[in-house]
Amino acid sequence: MMSSPDRRRKRLDRSIEVRSAGLYALSSYREMTYVLAPRLLLIVGLLILPFILDPYWQKVLCAAAITAILALSFDFLAQYVGLVCLGGAMFIGFGGYIAGLMNANWGLPPMLTIPLAAVIGSFVSTLVLLPCLRLRGIYFAIVTFMLPLFARNVIVALGLFGSTEGITGLDTLPNTWVEQYVILIALLVALFGLRRLVSEDIGLIMMGIKDNDQAVLAAGISIFRYRVIAVFVASFIACFAGAYLAHLYGWLGLSLFAMDFSILPIAATVMGGMGTLSGAVIGALILTPLSEALRGFGQLRVVLYCLVLLIFILYKPEGLMNYLERKYHQFERWEKV
Amino acid sequence: MTMSDELLLEVRNVGKSFGGVKAVMDVSFTLYKGDVLGVIGPNGAGKTTLVNILTGFVKPDRGSIIYKGRDIAGMAPNRVANLGLARTFQVMRPYHSLPAYKNLIVPLNSPRAKKATAGKLGDRDSVAIDILEEVGFERDARVPYKTAGSLPLGYQKRLELARCIALKPEIILCDEVFSGLSMSEITSILPLLEKLVMQGVTLIMVEHRLRELFRLANRALVMRFGVKIAEGSPREVMKKDEVRAAYMGTKRSR
Repeated sequence: MMSSPDRRRKRLDRSIEVRSAGLYALSSYREMTYVLAPRLLLIVGLLILPFILDPYWQKVLCAAAITAILALSFDFLAQYVGLVCLGGAMFIGFGGYIAGLMNANWGLPPMLTIPLAAVIGSFVSTLVLLPCLRLRGIYFAIVTFMLPLFARNVIVALGLFGSTEGITGLDTLPNTWVEQYVILIALLVALFGLRRLVSEDIGLIMMGIKDNDQAVLAAGISIFRYRVIAVFVASFIACFAGAYLAHLYGWLGLSLFAMDFSILPIAATVMGGMGTLSGAVIGALILTPLSEALRGFGQLRVVLYCLVLLIFILYKPEGLMNYLERKYHQFERWEKV
Repeated sequence: MTMSDELLLEVRNVGKSFGGVKAVMDVSFTLYKGDVLGVIGPNGAGKTTLVNILTGFVKPDRGSIIYKGRDIAGMAPNRVANLGLARTFQVMRPYHSLPAYKNLIVPLNSPRAKKATAGKLGDRDSVAIDILEEVGFERDARVPYKTAGSLPLGYQKRLELARCIALKPEIILCDEVFSGLSMSEITSILPLLEKLVMQGVTLIMVEHRLRELFRLANRALVMRFGVKIAEGSPREVMKKDEVRAAYMGTKRSR
């Protein structure tokens, strides 16, 4: 709508009382709805999706949820701890291989191997990343980017775990309902858990480390310790996703270390809005189905990611979530001058 | 400004070079509980490096720092802080987007502060707000809730001090707390520092504002090109020719 000289658009922020839930008590149902509605929309929306989708898109939903968890892990480490980790594929690979091997060798059921692999995988990932934790910025990013390639080549070179063939015939989850709800609930727990974590003292300390590590040291706090905790949390949720992935397709192999698992979550996070956590989830829930819909175009899909990344970095660097949040908290009206 | 005879810190022959630059050379001094030591000298004299060495941010090449009978030279900064040596930074970087009181949550989570506040009533937020009130944040004006980035410089300096106080320190090393402040802001911060000294906190103050510094300091240490050139009471120190030359240039320009 063009603005004519006798009117203008006025933009107002909604009152601060409603928005800063920490400082003020919410006093009415209206305010409560205002705060809860977007959260409920996401939760309920995700939980009813399995009822709406056909079997093919149900699988896509599972894949999207895996990407979303990886994106959460990336966003948390990058924006709240200052560790830009490009090695999402390593977490997926570790989680997937550990779960798959436990299942194939010892016959443990998926309901046991998935949580176990998440714990063991995150221990291993944290140990692997331990020497890198002193690195900052680009150096940490480069090392983490190399690690999945490293792991992959170790497996091929030594002919471990079925080498290039992988291992097939792993147990899958009992039925499609369990399949979908396991990962959807894990996603929601990860999302709201991380949001909670970053608003607690520990999250503040981690953000402090990202902003100004010297001041945190001067405050008598060991940076290293908190980085270890952060990496453990981030790799825990990602390894869970990896372990789940192995059981989703009943198969483990080198493609668990595929670059896609490192790159796609980053594209999703950029699209959804860096540092919002929920944005990472929304980005993944849009990008994954989109790329699935374009499956017919083959390699052109990669071009699509790149385009999405480019467009968002150039034209909407704040990402979807920040934009939506701003719009939600503002209202506009036309006013006579 | 009473000087007790409890030896708190003994710095012996501390030195540090960065490549070919000798930032601090062979500096020794002692500090007793309740002292206020002013560290002065022209730019590039090595004052900030000295503070960095004392607080563990820079590892000295040689020398020892005996704090309460224990050598802390080369110890990690967070461990030094937990022993009770807190510091402010010359360039302040509070967490801009966070409310002022949230800035104190980080130091309040250190092992030392947790031990000090253990068993006390109230959560960390309220402890933080109490500390801010102590350094002159008006609770009624809701200043503690304003974002740190939006505070005027004087308040940001107070916040910096508050972050030290949260550690319940024995020694606070102030790296130019007065710089960039107006006269009236300085006169409002001075009583704060005096109060800290009364409470038994020992201060090491790196400062360029000598007049304001010497209202507080009972001892002064003068540095030039990394070397300690004088030490003693402020009055004696400022009488020395070397000090006058270092500060005001050579005789000709005087």
